Amino acid sequence: MKKVVVPLGPYHPLFEEPEYFELYCDGETVVDIEWKAGYNHRGIEKLSESKHWDQVTFLVERICGICSTSHPIAYCNAVEDLLKIDIPERAKYIRSIIGELERLHSHLLWVGLAGHFLGYNTVFMWAWKYREPILDIMEMITGNRNHYAMMKIGGVRRDIDNGDIDIIKKILGELKPKLEMLTGSVIDDPVLAARLKGVGVLTAQDIKDYGAVGPIARASGVDIDVRRDSPHAAYDLVEWKVITCQDGDVFSKAVVRLLECFESIKIIEQCLERLKKVKGEIAIEIREIPPGEGIGHYEAPRGECFHYVRSDGSSRPVRHKIRAPSYVNIPTFKTSCVGETIADVTIILAGVDPCYCCTERAITVYDANTRKKLFNGRDLITLSQEKTKKLKKRLGIKDE
Amino acid sequence: MEILRYFSLIIASFFIFSLVGIMSGWLDRKITARLQWRVGPPWWQNFADFVKLVGKETVIPYEANQAMFLLSPIIGIIAVTVTGALLLSSIFFNPVKWDLFIFIYLLLIPSVVIFLAGSSSGNVLASVGAGRELRLLLSYELPFIIALLVPVIKSGSVQIYKIADYQITNGVNIGYISGFIAFVVALLAFQGKLGYVPFDVSEAETEIAAGTFIEYSGFPLALLKLMKWILLSVGISFFVIYFMGGFRNPLTGILKYLAVLILIILIKNTNPRLRTDQILKFSWGWLTMFGMLAVLFALLGY
Repeated sequence: MKKVVVPLGPYHPLFEEPEYFELYCDGETVVDIEWKAGYNHRGIEKLSESKHWDQVTFLVERICGICSTSHPIAYCNAVEDLLKIDIPERAKYIRSIIGELERLHSHLLWVGLAGHFLGYNTVFMWAWKYREPILDIMEMITGNRNHYAMMKIGGVRRDIDNGDIDIIKKILGELKPKLEMLTGSVIDDPVLAARLKGVGVLTAQDIKDYGAVGPIARASGVDIDVRRDSPHAAYDLVEWKVITCQDGDVFSKAVVRLLECFESIKIIEQCLERLKKVKGEIAIEIREIPPGEGIGHYEAPRGECFHYVRSDGSSRPVRHKIRAPSYVNIPTFKTSCVGETIADVTIILAGVDPCYCCTERAITVYDANTRKKLFNGRDLITLSQEKTKKLKKRLGIKDE
Repeated sequence: MEILRYFSLIIASFFIFSLVGIMSGWLDRKITARLQWRVGPPWWQNFADFVKLVGKETVIPYEANQAMFLLSPIIGIIAVTVTGALLLSSIFFNPVKWDLFIFIYLLLIPSVVIFLAGSSSGNVLASVGAGRELRLLLSYELPFIIALLVPVIKSGSVQIYKIADYQITNGVNIGYISGFIAFVVALLAFQGKLGYVPFDVSEAETEIAAGTFIEYSGFPLALLKLMKWILLSVGISFFVIYFMGGFRNPLTGILKYLAVLILIILIKNTNPRLRTDQILKFSWGWLTMFGMLAVLFALLGY
């Protein structure tokens, strides 16, 4: 069978980031998919070893622009686990508020993008319009629309002024009916249902095999959520429930995300109500980090974000390991995309809400027998130059 | 003299329909923008786009079939211009015999041109788009022609001007049940001809990155864009003449034109893109069925 390779990427309107997928197609049916990473690698883990403990919070915030508070929360959890301390109650509520506001904006962003990928630009613009007040709240309480810099080892960096609470509640109250309208229009649209139902199905077994996390797992009926399963911040102090669906298709993923938005609003409203009563410090002062190791999770909008830190008693982490949710979610494409058409594959790729900048890893090629590194940086540059020369020769372009 | 007249007709058709088409294209962008909480471009934006594209460098891919790559936009422009001229002649001058059939044939050419453009580009994504365009063509052509049969049955003629005249004495076609169903079916099929959502599979930008147009730049791209604009205005004018009683009164004529245009824009903005197999099912299933129903109603006299 002759296969045609349809490239998606490295620069493609489907992706917000440089990313490369090779679709092996038979006609329009995708028979195999290959993922090539490495366009965005920044070496964050290595960088983190050269920053001191407080600076790392800001560094990990810049791993990803969309879930930019998930990484700091997970990192702070890890360091606090190392220190064996509990943060003040007020800080817990503020952490949850920021985390849930971020989930709200991230899910709305996904709904918009999914609409755009389906050619439904009206949903795209409307979802992003509704996302705007959330960013306004963020700006009001943190000073930034993105990269809030709110987290700090031992608590939070800024307090939320009790005078702002009513304004935030009012904005969220106005958001609710709009969100209900958007959810209704997505769930009831027959054409959207025709495009999304039964597409890219992942069974609960697939999820367990790949170890996928977050809304994707919950859409397949795997009931996992770090916020409930290993409580931190204020998630065990307020009432909310984990949303699950059973079908595992892209439609369920959309439904899970949209319904999670309402849960997020519920959590924020309860936290704000408690904030009015809870007084006291917002952070414990940490003088030094003793030797030891700690792990921290946080349920980012895309799933479990995992951080591991090891200290030798100096001012820097000696090892900082990050596992972002997309790292385990993206390999599920092998199962969900094969056998579908190109048109469906694009929305399946988007349905995972992949975050490539969280996921990027450097690739090293080893010889399988001798375990020796085959290429170093210099070799790769030489290879690239040779390829350019060959291409120039073929196209008849003279060297300058 | 005869030749001069046809020549002037074609020139007039080109200018009238491209002007109206560019403005319709602007209206499309503006209304779409307003529906999406955006401001939208000023009225001269499409002219500016066109002029800018004309001035840009034309890049021909190394692996493209050069002659076909450059010829297809020109064929497209000629086809839509002649289509427009045919429509004008059936209103103002001595009509061509059997002009409805010629019209249907000519209306087919833009889709064929898009297919040719895609398949001559030498790009994988473009050839996927070209394949999709061909499947799209097969899907919508059947219900489109069936729907166009309804006014033919009603007026007993295959000449556009006679169908237009018939509506003066007997009321507009769209006023009848059969005419209304046929209008809706034909409009949805025409949405496919235009390559608008939900039938924009051949250039689906988030799937195959503009598909058939991916390798085009500069002047050929400008021509392809112009072709789509002219097709838009010619198509809507045809709908107004064929189903809604024409432009006899200029004011109501313009209102009818705008109504059809806005309908197309609304369909475009309230639907996601369909898959090709879904389009085929929808066209050969629902659309064809309703088309047949309309024909049946027309035969019964409703």
